[in-house]
Amino acid sequence: MTMLQLEWAYAALALLLIGTAWLNLRQRHWAQAAFWMVLAALFASGHWVLRAQQSGHAQPAQIAGIGVLALALLAPMMRRVDAGEAPLRLRQLRAGVLGHWLFMPALLIPGVTLLIALFGADLHWYGTTLFVAAQQTLMGLAVASLVALLAAWRLTRAPAGAVLHESRRLIDTLGWAALLPLVLAALGGVFEAAGVGRVLSTLMGDVIPTTSFAACVLAYGLGMVVFTVIMGNAFAAFPVLTAGVGLPLLVRLHGADPAVVGSLGMLCGYCGTLLTPMAANFNIVPVALLELRNPWSVIRAQWPTALPLLVFNLFALYLLAMR
Amino acid sequence: MNMWPLLGVALVVLGFARRWNPVLVVVSAGVLSGLLAGFSIAQILALLGTSFESNRALLLYVLTLPAIGLLERAGLREHAQRWIERLHGLTLSRLLIGYLGLRQILSMLGLTNVAGQAQTVRPLLAPMAEAAAMRESPGADASTAAQIREEARALAAATDNIGLFFGEDVFIALGAVLLIHGFYVSQGIDLQPLHIALWALPTAIAAFVIHALRVHLVTRAMARRARAVQASDDHAAA
Repeated sequence: MTMLQLEWAYAALALLLIGTAWLNLRQRHWAQAAFWMVLAALFASGHWVLRAQQSGHAQPAQIAGIGVLALALLAPMMRRVDAGEAPLRLRQLRAGVLGHWLFMPALLIPGVTLLIALFGADLHWYGTTLFVAAQQTLMGLAVASLVALLAAWRLTRAPAGAVLHESRRLIDTLGWAALLPLVLAALGGVFEAAGVGRVLSTLMGDVIPTTSFAACVLAYGLGMVVFTVIMGNAFAAFPVLTAGVGLPLLVRLHGADPAVVGSLGMLCGYCGTLLTPMAANFNIVPVALLELRNPWSVIRAQWPTALPLLVFNLFALYLLAMR
Repeated sequence: MNMWPLLGVALVVLGFARRWNPVLVVVSAGVLSGLLAGFSIAQILALLGTSFESNRALLLYVLTLPAIGLLERAGLREHAQRWIERLHGLTLSRLLIGYLGLRQILSMLGLTNVAGQAQTVRPLLAPMAEAAAMRESPGADASTAAQIREEARALAAATDNIGLFFGEDVFIALGAVLLIHGFYVSQGIDLQPLHIALWALPTAIAAFVIHALRVHLVTRAMARRARAVQASDDHAAA
């Protein structure tokens, strides 16, 4: 038995989303309110849905699936909401009073996460461990968020209403972009079940001139990039492409070192992650979070690093795999 | 072999190209691929629901927003900017390259959630990068300044991503290395995780060198652009 389960963090997140929905409801932003409400319900019920699914009851998961469809239909209806930020003069004034103290709660987020990631597994409370070993960094992030919130609240002496107002301002800034990583993960699940990856790698296997090691390296490395761009995730591309191309052609046929093939194949995929809007949590969420006007700005800032690095990876794969 | 599910991939490409709402596009593509693969509606719904719920951790960063919102209300971004304006030695390229190195090292130690777009980029790195970029582009007119600010923020986000990706894969106890190891074990090949992680080290170094060089060049180009605007303004004034 452990004290702090991730479920608590998801419940807190659901509460935050309900608060956001409530403020939107009061201002008659119906689509926003419904969107955050459905998302809150999905987060609050997740544990129960997954447990029911494991014990053979598909119905809760199907209802969750309907929730996902509802979110998809609500997303295009969401308009940009101006939640009202404190005026610039006032912010400058407050900053002048608080000075460097303002950094303290902000730095508590990485700081506390770090401490729990390093030492969380050793913490006990009357014989029960506080953190589940596999979850301790994520749980650390959740605990750190709470600690930072309390510190920020204490420091700024903001009224209680401001906590909800400010959370809502940032959550509405994210809007539907917040959801994209989750639905993309769900899409990956469907693609996997529908055998999309296997079909693609079989098609590729038919056109590669297999006798040339260089051609196989190119096919595997670039295949990882293309698959990652399509799936949005190098982890989803890796098993498909390594089973389809890397293992049969590079390792078995040409005798390449599997450790090098695996490592550099994955790194080619990471170069693909830098290029694709499908990797939403890295390339689209920051656009919303940093309020950038062009949805491609982050990818535009990344591709000139990604391409030379990809060339490096392909050369490294070619040279190191056959030492 | 059933190739019809590939139409789901085509729908995603089309949807992103036509700028339809990405959430709607992605969910529709999932339903389409599932139907074409021969699943029933009930199966697809269960599949969507289960994969969605299994990946809830992807949204945990939202928990950092209440604290960040309160601090922003009290002028965190304005203070970070004013502080950077006073630190003349801390140029935009030094700031970003320093962050890149720190992020890579933390990720190599498995501390991937310590920093991130919500945790550190929005409240700290982005406003600092903006302030540094502005200091290095005196005399830029309003539209050039807005453009440079936007580019500085985007470059800060990119730097965080690159530092995360090309550090994480060197860490042996989670993520990429375990996935690679697990995959090979399932294929009857048993490798040392440390061995896999070591082969990621050259790329980690290359990523640092390439991106640091780029940051250096991009920031120089920004300053040059601001000077060009100023020069043409002076010319027009004369």
